[in-house]
Amino acid sequence: MSSKKIKIALVGNPNTGKTSLFNQLTGMTQKVGNYPGITVDKKQGGCKLPDGTLAKITDLPGTYSINPNSLDESIVLETLLDTDSKDYPDLVVVVAEVENIKRNLFLFTQVQDLKIPAILVINMADQMERKGISIDLKKLKEALKTEIVLISARKKEGIEDLKQAIVNYQEVPREIPFQISGKIDVAYFNELKNSLKEFPLYKSWLLLTQKQEASFVSKTSRRILASFKKDPKKVKKYQHKETIYRYKFINDILKRTYLVDPSKAKDLRSRLDKVLTHRIFGYVIFVGILLLVFQSVFDWASVPMDWIDGFFSNLSKTVKDSLPEGVLTNLISEGIIPGIGGIVIFIPQIAILFLFVAILEETGYMSRVVFLMDKIMRRYGMSGKSVIPLISGTACAIPAIMATRNIAGWKDRLITILVTPFTTCSARLPVYAIIIALIIPETRVFGLFSLQGLVLMALYILGFAAALLAAYVLNKVLKVESKTFFIVEMPNYKLPSVKNIIFEVVEKTKAFVLGAGKIILAISIVLWFLASNGNRDFKNATQQVTEQFSESEISEEALDQKIASYKLEHSYIGVMGKLIEPAIAPLGYDWKIGIALISSFAAREVFVGTLSTIYSVGSDDEGTIKQRMAAEINPITKEKRFNFPAGMSLLVFYAFAMQCMGTLAIVKRETKSWKWPMLQLVGMGLLAYVSALITFVLLK
Amino acid sequence: MSHTVADLHRGEQGTIESLSFDEIPLALMEMGCLPGKQVTLVQAAPMKDPMYIHVNGSHFAIRRETAERIVLTKRLCDEF
Repeated sequence: MSSKKIKIALVGNPNTGKTSLFNQLTGMTQKVGNYPGITVDKKQGGCKLPDGTLAKITDLPGTYSINPNSLDESIVLETLLDTDSKDYPDLVVVVAEVENIKRNLFLFTQVQDLKIPAILVINMADQMERKGISIDLKKLKEALKTEIVLISARKKEGIEDLKQAIVNYQEVPREIPFQISGKIDVAYFNELKNSLKEFPLYKSWLLLTQKQEASFVSKTSRRILASFKKDPKKVKKYQHKETIYRYKFINDILKRTYLVDPSKAKDLRSRLDKVLTHRIFGYVIFVGILLLVFQSVFDWASVPMDWIDGFFSNLSKTVKDSLPEGVLTNLISEGIIPGIGGIVIFIPQIAILFLFVAILEETGYMSRVVFLMDKIMRRYGMSGKSVIPLISGTACAIPAIMATRNIAGWKDRLITILVTPFTTCSARLPVYAIIIALIIPETRVFGLFSLQGLVLMALYILGFAAALLAAYVLNKVLKVESKTFFIVEMPNYKLPSVKNIIFEVVEKTKAFVLGAGKIILAISIVLWFLASNGNRDFKNATQQVTEQFSESEISEEALDQKIASYKLEHSYIGVMGKLIEPAIAPLGYDWKIGIALISSFAAREVFVGTLSTIYSVGSDDEGTIKQRMAAEINPITKEKRFNFPAGMSLLVFYAFAMQCMGTLAIVKRETKSWKWPMLQLVGMGLLAYVSALITFVLLK
Repeated sequence: MSHTVADLHRGEQGTIESLSFDEIPLALMEMGCLPGKQVTLVQAAPMKDPMYIHVNGSHFAIRRETAERIVLTKRLCDEF
């Protein structure tokens, strides 16, 4: 038994089943972390090899070449070039897909040229026969000077062979079949080689062809590299030549080792694409799928959400009744339990949305959406790839903004980041749901559609429209230089793997609950504290109110109510709400809604929780939040507080305002500047205020 | 007038003659789009933009502006 450890990096094109293989190798040991400074997920896990060695496996982002075109692809370059990093691999496993082996070999020869030991895995080997593919493995191994393992990651076939091959990796011949030296401008490359003797030639070449200078290379080396960069046209020409030579090498090998029987090739792809990318049906189907997704999110999620709501309000009551009275009991029953409930209630909706996004990605359909939508999105200064963040934004803007990193052009990406928070995220849903329930009657239109559902759908459309409109304006206004090009692979259609999807949904939901949850819980506790403490008036509430009503005939119960509301009014949070009341009164809100608005700037979903905290402090009424809100009366007009104009105004306010600290933080991280999140905060805030004002004035 | 990928009709094939090195992104070549290779237009979005092509074993979509830079060898009918 040895306690050796080896570091392995999984590299491969997107859609080769690299993640399936990673899941099979690492199982539940995997962890998702972050690369320093950027938000690209870093997936690592452990795997025990047959000889007892522990392998630390890193799943690098999918890429077609070591030359990066986007932020996540640059991780591959950096990992393979920075020999001093703690993640520098002892061995690279290049994952190829049986149908697209040519393009995968391109990447493989690049890794080899860096003088990193590499073995090749050909995935989906179980489909070879059906697709009429035959590979002469022996010849291919000889030609590529490496070990090759056939696997079917989904069927768990060949995984043990791969582990054994990793154990034997020292025996893989280190001879490099294709090297950049000696092919193009021999003098130039020889000089480069001799100037930087400590690097493999291909590493020097990759370093000098990148736009950005590598931080991990010494200043002296950087200066030497710069001297070879003087003629950018020449460098570019040589890059093109390199590509041509590499493919020539690969084609020559594959001609001898890889055969496809065209009569057996069943073309599911072309039959599906005829419909799914059709210039009319393609769009009809896309809209249909979107409607299906949203419908399911509401229908399926509403039942568990009702349970969760009921469960937590019962739990609060039970705790209050069974624990001895005191500050701690109040903190638990009025602060912590509603706070946790406010997070847990989102899990059904978020998980269902993540589920759909994962299925659309896994099947290969998402690339077709990118193809269909590119021209339309370009009109608004974005790219077809912006559609994915905008759809994911309906779950949560935070992962959506992280999903923009595969958009190649900086301007496209920046605009997508800036407008994504307009899409109706699931944090807005509870706010919308409760206000709609209060102001829109439960009737049906044409006896078919529920009016409440239609209003909710209108709010979704409002969110998307605002995103597009804002993008249009930003596209005209922003002066950002960026050259973009657009290449999107159209992968083969695949049945989604249940295991991959479960991993994806669990991972993303967990990240959301833990990330956003901490903020929500903290705020709930702070709010509870601010609502149950106050100045001198607050402390003397009982005395003051009792004196005030000493002359009048009033029941004890009503007196308690008066005391409670007097207390709330003079608590710290009440004082804060009153302070901003003059500013929000024109929108139809009072100081209690003001409190909810203030706390919502931390995260929107806090709105419902805050109102429930505000109304439950000191109250013995066990009704649901909705019943308490419906009972609120505007003391001046004697009308309901949440009447139609005020409710509509609130809906519009929440549709537009940038009320999420998590999103602001992520935008800062992704754009590396406070300028953009501040623009979102102020711009969206102003839009929200003005629109809500107009709505209230028009409807009053 | 040179004949480019942008001129292809749906289902039509052509052979790549040259790519203008200065204007073609490296990534396109790395996907297998190289001189001498056959290219098929699989599908085109409205206004023929973007275009979904099949070349050298890869399927991918590019914008029309890129397709215009991929010059094809002249078709027989052009020569007569």
